[in-house]
Amino acid sequence: MGFFSDPISFLADWLTALMTNAGWPEGLINVIITFLGVFVVANFGMLFVIFLIWLERKLAARMQDRLGPNRVGPYGLMQTIADIVKLFTKEDTTPEGADKVVFNLAPIMAVLSVLLIWAVIPFAEGWIGTDLNVGVLYIVAVGSIGIVATLIAGWSSNNKFALLGAFRTVAQLVSYEVPMVLSLLIPVLLAGNMTNIPGLGVESGMGLGSIVRAQHNWYSIFFLMAPLAALIFFISSIAEVGRTPFDLLEAESEIVAGFHIEYSGAKFAMIFAAEFLHAFTISVLTMTIFFGGWQGPGDSIPLVGWAWFMVKSLIVYFLVAWVRTTLPRIRIDHMLNYNWKFLTPLALVLLISTALVDRIVVDAVDISMTQGQIVRTLSHLAANLLIAWATIAILRRRQAARPTRQPVASPRPVARPPEPETTADAPAA
Amino acid sequence: MLDSWLFVGILIFVAIGFPAVPILVAYFIGPKRPNPIKKETYECGIETVGETWVQFKVQYYIYALVFLIFDVETVFLFPWAVAFDQLPLFAVVEGIIFIIILVGGLVYAWNRGILEWK
Repeated sequence: MGFFSDPISFLADWLTALMTNAGWPEGLINVIITFLGVFVVANFGMLFVIFLIWLERKLAARMQDRLGPNRVGPYGLMQTIADIVKLFTKEDTTPEGADKVVFNLAPIMAVLSVLLIWAVIPFAEGWIGTDLNVGVLYIVAVGSIGIVATLIAGWSSNNKFALLGAFRTVAQLVSYEVPMVLSLLIPVLLAGNMTNIPGLGVESGMGLGSIVRAQHNWYSIFFLMAPLAALIFFISSIAEVGRTPFDLLEAESEIVAGFHIEYSGAKFAMIFAAEFLHAFTISVLTMTIFFGGWQGPGDSIPLVGWAWFMVKSLIVYFLVAWVRTTLPRIRIDHMLNYNWKFLTPLALVLLISTALVDRIVVDAVDISMTQGQIVRTLSHLAANLLIAWATIAILRRRQAARPTRQPVASPRPVARPPEPETTADAPAA
Repeated sequence: MLDSWLFVGILIFVAIGFPAVPILVAYFIGPKRPNPIKKETYECGIETVGETWVQFKVQYYIYALVFLIFDVETVFLFPWAVAFDQLPLFAVVEGIIFIIILVGGLVYAWNRGILEWK
């Protein structure tokens, strides 16, 4: 392993050797190396946010025919750093009557929930914080801390707008957790059925490293096997982040800033950073679970794998930013209906069909061979297309059955000053 | 096994420290000139009226309840999906029957009008 192909493992091996020669106990060395790994991962997350905020502002500006930040530094790259300095020198206000402990805890929990997800994200071959065998369940579990952070931020602010934002959190984030978890079950199931293939390295269907390795070839990426599940996961993750079109919990035009209305200075910066990092994290998760993660031509060199990881993640992130700048905010009843009456039933149907098709196909063909794998992918794709067609047909039928909106027969009453009574005085024609 | 959780254990402390330290630093370097008007709750420039923590729409609570049912049941589905390579068709069908019971709950809630935002 040369330094240039795999700097992280190289440095870790070098440091381990150094400390072993110095005669330090093995447990201590393990803790130190793990701590350094944690530090690298956490720093990557927090520092990358600075770039992400610039990127998002620049993308949004270009899509809205503006220039975006372009004054501080080349292409405005230093704008975010200037913002950070500004936010840090602002006065930190806490409103009267706020629950101080909970109020201060909320921004910390928001960052905590997002950073914890990064523990199980595979950056490249061997570059993974820890490949937990319950990776997907772990992501869902620590992701829920973010919901609690939003809820307690809104509740503790002693502000009615913030409380309304917290209520909407319960309705939205909690609801969209259901299709998200259900659509995550599908890749877990697909990877779980590949654990007995020798030489692939798929150990547990839930570990993210295993899920990436299960998509070892272009014909075995999970997007081809479960395109609808990928779409459901993508949509419900956007709702989980609370971005437009699902930004009801911080709707500027309705409840001012929603749950983070009373936050200022560094605490606001932390909530903001957590939101942006979360948006990037869902792009990374979509990419890792459905688009083969770091795998691509030349991925046996970890640095190349990492480059694939970044390129693919940023493409998905571009999609997230695109959705954000394109769609308007949806109404709360539409948002809830969309979740409970469309995404959740569809996810359940997909889960049933994937389970049945996978069991039958894997029993019939040998998926350790290329042909078997292609047959498996094609049958899943066919099942998905069939379900998509049926869904569209059902939606069309329901739309036809719905009464069309009648044009307004008479002009609507409009409040206007009474008309001057000219008719009485008007000369008769 | 425990070794793989060491990373998460350390990350919890680091991930708490990352936001907590800047907040503390900002607390010390930022100006502190509080006054009663600044500490007031924000409400579009007017003074707040009445209590904040009031009774709220029960609909939010009902959605949380429906969520709870689904979430608990999906946790049961994860082991089923992980062990998929060892399951015969019979066990797969059993899992599907479990999902159909879940669908039954959704249909019931839908019919009762719980999923209507009123």
